[in-house]
Parts: sequence; C-alpha cells; structure tokens
Amino acid sequence: MLGKLTLAAIPFDEPIPLATSVVLIVVIGSLLTWITVKGYWAYLYREWFTSVDHKRIGVMYCLLALVMLLRGFADALMMRSQQAMAIAGAPGYLPPEHYDQIFSAHGTIMIFFTAMPFVIGLMNFVLPLQLGVRDVAFPTLNSVSFWLTASGVLLINVSLVIGEFARTGWLAYPPLSELKYSPGVGVDYYLWSLQIAGVGTLLSGINLVTTILKMRAPGMTLTRMPVFCWTSLASNLLIVAAFPILTATFAMLSLDRYLGFHFFTDDAGGNSMMYMNLIWAWGHPEVYILILPSFGIFSEVISTFSGKPLFGYRSMIAATMAICVLSFLVWLHHFFTMGAGADVNAFFGITTMIIAVPTGVKVFNWLFTMYGGRVRFTVPIWWSLSFMVTFVIGGMTGVLLAVPPADFVLHNSLFLVAHFHNVIIGGVLFGVFAGYTYWFPKAFGFTLHEGWGKAAVFCWTLGFYLAFMPLYVLGLMGATRRMQHIDDPSWTPMLYVAMVGALVIAAGILCLVIQLVVSIRDRDNRRDLTGDPWDGRSLEWATPSPPPVFNFAVMPNVEGEEAYWGIKRTAIEQQRLADEPQYEAIEMPHNSPTGVITAFFASVMGFAMIWHIWWMVILGALGAFATFVWFAWRDEDEYEIPAEEVARIDRERRRVRTEVLLPSLSRPA
Amino acid sequence: MSSHDQGVYEEDLAPGDEHSQVLAGVRGYAVGLILATGLTATSFWVAATHSLWGPGVPIGLCVLAIAQMGIHLAFFLHITTGPDNTNNVLALAFGVLIVFLVVAGSLWIMANMNANMMPMPMNQMTNLQMQHG
Ligand code: HEM
Ligand SMILES: [Cu+2]
Repeated sequence: MLGKLTLAAIPFDEPIPLATSVVLIVVIGSLLTWITVKGYWAYLYREWFTSVDHKRIGVMYCLLALVMLLRGFADALMMRSQQAMAIAGAPGYLPPEHYDQIFSAHGTIMIFFTAMPFVIGLMNFVLPLQLGVRDVAFPTLNSVSFWLTASGVLLINVSLVIGEFARTGWLAYPPLSELKYSPGVGVDYYLWSLQIAGVGTLLSGINLVTTILKMRAPGMTLTRMPVFCWTSLASNLLIVAAFPILTATFAMLSLDRYLGFHFFTDDAGGNSMMYMNLIWAWGHPEVYILILPSFGIFSEVISTFSGKPLFGYRSMIAATMAICVLSFLVWLHHFFTMGAGADVNAFFGITTMIIAVPTGVKVFNWLFTMYGGRVRFTVPIWWSLSFMVTFVIGGMTGVLLAVPPADFVLHNSLFLVAHFHNVIIGGVLFGVFAGYTYWFPKAFGFTLHEGWGKAAVFCWTLGFYLAFMPLYVLGLMGATRRMQHIDDPSWTPMLYVAMVGALVIAAGILCLVIQLVVSIRDRDNRRDLTGDPWDGRSLEWATPSPPPVFNFAVMPNVEGEEAYWGIKRTAIEQQRLADEPQYEAIEMPHNSPTGVITAFFASVMGFAMIWHIWWMVILGALGAFATFVWFAWRDEDEYEIPAEEVARIDRERRRVRTEVLLPSLSRPA
Repeated sequence: MSSHDQGVYEEDLAPGDEHSQVLAGVRGYAVGLILATGLTATSFWVAATHSLWGPGVPIGLCVLAIAQMGIHLAFFLHITTGPDNTNNVLALAFGVLIVFLVVAGSLWIMANMNANMMPMPMNQMTNLQMQHG
C-alpha cells in the first residue's frame, strides 16, 4: 500500500537530523499558524499563488532562492565545522553517511534551488519591463514553471524528515548512484526533485526566449535591447539547448534504478563514463546559464551608476553570443583525468582557454565604462567592484585548471572547490545580490538600506577570501574534496581560517537579513516616489515603482539604444513630456491556479515514485494531466482594465515625471 | 503566425499557415500524421526484415529518422521559409548546431576513451556478444 515507506523512514535514532527536522517543522508550523491566525491565506492565494503576473512570479522566485540560500549555507557551516573538528583521529560530530548527504545536498541546493531560481526570478521580473511589454509570452506557463521549481524544493527538503538524501555528490555519478551501491531512496529524492524542477526550468527558458524574440516594444530592435536582455537571451537559449540533456540523462539513470536497465551500470554492457560525458554536456552550459545574466546585471549597474552608456555595447553582445556557442565546446575539462587521449584533452583544454577571451573582453568593457565616469558608490556598485576583483582571480585559476597536466594534479582537490566557489560566489551570487539591491525599489516601491547593504558586501567579500583562499593552498598541499575527516594535522591552521571565513559570511547573510528588516520597517521614509531612483537608462525606470499590472499604459516608442535615457533627454530639451497618448482599455490574463495544482500533483507523483507507491504515481500523473486539459479548455482567459483606469494611473505617472524631469513646469500638487 | 491576405495566397501556404480555415489545418495535421506513421512503420519493417542488405540497415534507419524529423518540423512545428519565420529557422539552426556538437563530441570522446581503456574481462565480452547474437 505504501511501497517502501514505513515508520523507519523517520530518523528517530539519529539525533542531528531528528533535531533539524523538529526545528524545521516547528518553524514552518508556526509560520502557517501565523498566516492562518492573521487570515492571510485568501490574500496569498488570490494575489500571489495563482498570480500570472511576471513581476509577482519573479519576486516569488527570488524569495525561494533566498530561503534556500539559508538552507544551503547551514549545510556549508556544518561541513566547515566538521572539517575543523575531525582532525588527526578526532571523529567530529557528523558520521560519514550523514556528512556525505550534507555535501550532496549543499551542492544540489545551492546550484538548482538558490542560484537558478534567483537568476530566473530576476530575469522574469526585469525582462518584460526592459523590453517595454506587458508580460512574458506565456503568463500561465510561467506560473507552472515557478511552481514546478517549488515542487522540487519541497521534495528535496522532505528528504530531511522522511528517508534520506543522496550520498553521491551533487552530480550523482554512477556506478555509485546505481541501485547496487545506493539501494536507499536518497538518489531517488535527488532524481525526482531535479527532474520536476528541471521541467520547470526548461519551460521558463522557452517562455523567456519567446518573450525576447517575439515581444518587444515598437522600435526595440535586437541591437537596441539593454545588455541584460542579451545575456538573458543567451542564457535562456542555453537552457533550452542543455536542459533536455539533463532530463534525458536522469531518465536513463532512473531506468537503470527502477527497471533494471544497464545504461550506466558496470556490467551487462553499461558505461558509466557515458554518464559523466552527458551530465557535463549539460553541466558546463549550466555554469554559463548562471553567470551570463549576472554579467548582464553588472553591465546595467555599472553603466547606470557611472552615468555613461556601456562601453563597447556591440562587443558585449558579440562576447555574449560567442560564449553562448563556445560553452558547448568545453565540457570535457571536467573529466580530463577519465582516460581520453592527449589530442582530445588538448582540444578541450584549448577551447576552454579560448572561452576566457570573450569573458576578458567584458571585464575591460566594464572598466572602460567606469573610466572617466562620475561613479556613484552605491551598494550595487560595491557588489560589482568586489565581483570584478574576485571573479578575475577565479577566472585565472580556471584557466590554470584548463591545462590538462595541471588538472591531473588538481582534479577533485580543494583547489577545484576553491575555484568554483570563487566564480560562483564572486560572480553569480554577487551579481544577483547587485540585481536584488538595484531592482528592489522597482518591485516594492522603496529602497534598501545603504549602510547594511555595504556591511553585507564587506562581510561577504572578506568572508569569501578567508573561507576559500585557504582551500587553494590546501588543494596544492594535496587535500582532496569531500573528506569527512582530516588525517594530516599540518592542514589545521588553514582549516581554521576557512572556518572563520564561513562565520564572516554568516555575518554577511545576517547583514542582508537586517537590511531587509530595517528597510521594511522604515519603508515610509524610503519610498521611491519617482519610479526612477537611480537615474536609470532602460525602460523599467519609465514605470512607477511598483509598476501597475499592465506595466505600460501604452507601448513605449523606442528610438535608440538606452530607450528611457533618450526619452528623458528629449523631455528635458523640449521642456515637455511627449503628448498624452490616446488611452485604451487593456486586456490582461486572469490569475490561474493551474500552476499550483499541477505542481501539487507533480509533487505527489515524485514522492510516490521515490517510495514506489505505484497507485499514487498514477494518481499524481492523472491529476497533472487533468489539470492541463482543464486549463486548455477554459473559455475565458482575460479581463479588461477600462481606459479611464489606465488613464488615471498613467496621468499620475506623468505628473510625477514632470515634477522630476521638468521642475520649473510643475505646479505644486 | 502570419496573417497575410488569405484571398491572394490561398493555394500557396505552408502546412500550418492555413489559419482561418479549420478544415485545411486539420488536413495538414492529418497528412503529417499519416506520413509520420508511415515512416515509423517502415523503420520497424527495415529493422525486422531480413530481405535487406545487413550493413545498409543502420543507414536506412538514419535516413528514415531524418525524414521523420523533417515531417515533424514541417507539419507539426510549422517551420516555413516565410519572412516571419526567421526566428524559427534561426532557432532550428542553433538547435542543429548544438545537437551536432554534442553528438559528434560525445562520439569522439567515448571512442577515444574506449580505445584507451584496459581490455574488458572475458565474462563481460561474452555478455556483449550475446546481446548482439
Ligand atoms: C556561502 C558560502 C559557501 C560555503 C562556506 C561553502 C562551502 C562548501 C564546502 C565546505 C564544500 C565541500 C568541499 C569539499 O568537498 O570538501 C562545498 C561544496 C560545494 N559547494 Fe559550496 N559553499 C558556499 C556556497 C556555495 C554556493 C553559493 C554554491 C553554488 C551556487 C556552492 C556550490 C557547491 C558545490 C556544487 C559543491 C560540491 C558538492 C559536492 O562535492 O558534490 N557553494 N561548499
Ligand atoms: Cu566547465
């Protein structure tokens, strides 16, 4: 009846997971109670859970990412403290089978459920605004994507309480991840949470590519789009091209585990090397999926706060698209040591070094944008500066690892761990933090506190260097990754420094939390009444903060690069705004519970698959399919916002704009 | 998709472009379905029959598979050469490029690795041969 699921699945005999589960259940329980007591459910359901507004969905993605950052970081703290304790014979406090789950969960969560949702959330929020349109191409599909990601998050966290997580590392290499060596449900949790979330990611990639290619404001030609749109286009093209590989690879591993196939087993003709090959054919593009949007954010931030157009706009586009294609030509650098010959290794080593060139072009473009500009040192700029220094170091260690003989020494060492945290934290994370600070006022109508923001930059930067520079040294000293205990006492000092670094990063996270709390508390003093708090250059700043559901009352007419900057200049030169347009009623899509319901059934199906509860699998699959059919047969999908309402909202916006741009003209309100 | 003047181009439309006439649309899909099923059936026949020259069978299957892709693209995904289809064609070209890179790269890598691997133990060799036999 319940497949493999019995009471034994709950870790009663293991104090640490049990305590974590209890704390988690208490926290979530009290949150739910609080929502119930305050009577917020109806509001949340109506305005957020069923929302198909790209801005709301973007915000929910970012929130999900922030929460999962906390979870992933808790894992990181446990690993750092275990390694600081279990030296030279001391056992530490995490037994090996638990430690293995922690590094696997940390890697999986940080990549799939922190970095990805954050990046996708920002793209979701910003793209339609920058392109001058009212929503993404398929609004309801967008909501489905988000909820499928949330469903993956749910499953991976359920593994904490019911059963176990994979002990196979974040990519679950066979033969270890095959049934023979991992008979438990851990790998199944891994597979199903990533499969479900992966479908969501693929759908959102299709959605955003379509949005960028098909839905731009009049006059917004491709070469007038802000650079963030370009990097997002490249990133989403990579999602569309790469995620099917991941899905197929996981599907084959699932067939091995569930139906006794032999794709990757080490008997009966299976070949586990094919798994490494396929997973990295997805995996390398994946790192560019994460970093390219960050590059776009830095471009926007640096240009805005330097008060200058981006240096080398076209070279930036060329570099982005070059990276987009090249990123499919380098994947073997993740398994140089697996036994390919010298010519194969040389080829992929060289392509890897080549891909560093367009990235270098970008760094110079940012430098030249700042050069001669009047730089305003706000929080987003501080993130960008910290990024530029840190990322260049990470890029150089990457080029070092691209030299096959060097990689034979450093493969799977802590040097590698230091390298990828160097580019992921210094690149992706600092990028999304910059974007979060930069676009926060657009989303919520008030700015984030500057002081706490700067403190966060400082702690994250210092903490990063303290936590990961020692790992470079340890790696060169011969320390390998994923060690539950340390035999060589001479590594102790470096491990201690790394522990301190993790604590400084914890302080950085705390600063981010305080910044949010303080800013919400003082929101009335921090209101962004103008809609353009940073003197921005692209169209999102032409809308009020927060923008109305329909974003733009009439489609803006784009006449050059830096669309909004042009509109502002014209208004100031002519001392008047453009003529008031003819307002018309606007059709907007209805909210829809399709996403929530589909994801509910997908979670049921995933959970049932993990525990081999076959009747429930069928139930979940049927439910998801029925939801889809029901949605496809709906007869009313849009509602109308009357022209007077549109006019009222837009006249107010024009009044504010006049006040800001043309102070001499505006009469006191 | 396109909304150009139906009256003038009535006969000159790619599969899937016949928008206003439901019947024509259905006909397009039906033709596609028949062709696709026919190709699939042929593939099964090619694989099962012994009346063809053995080494030609894989090549024949590849040709049928490519034809199948063409049918899908034209009849179900409505790729045409019309001016409003540039995006679709570009996306298709990108997809083909990526598939080519991944498939060719994987073949090259795996062949190289197999060549460098130690010989397989006897029992697995027999396993492999049994599968073929
Ligand atoms: C915020 C501070 C972070 C700290 C202190 C930290 C710490 C660690 C540690 C100690 C390990 C294990 C190293 C080993 O194998 O011995 C690790 C692994 C890993 N981390 Fe982080 N990490 C952090 C952030 C991130 C972020 C933001 C990401 C990605 C977005 C990430 C992705 C990974 C991955 C993929 C692994 C490999 C897991 C595996 O071995 O399978 N980490 N991290
Ligand atoms: Cu790579």
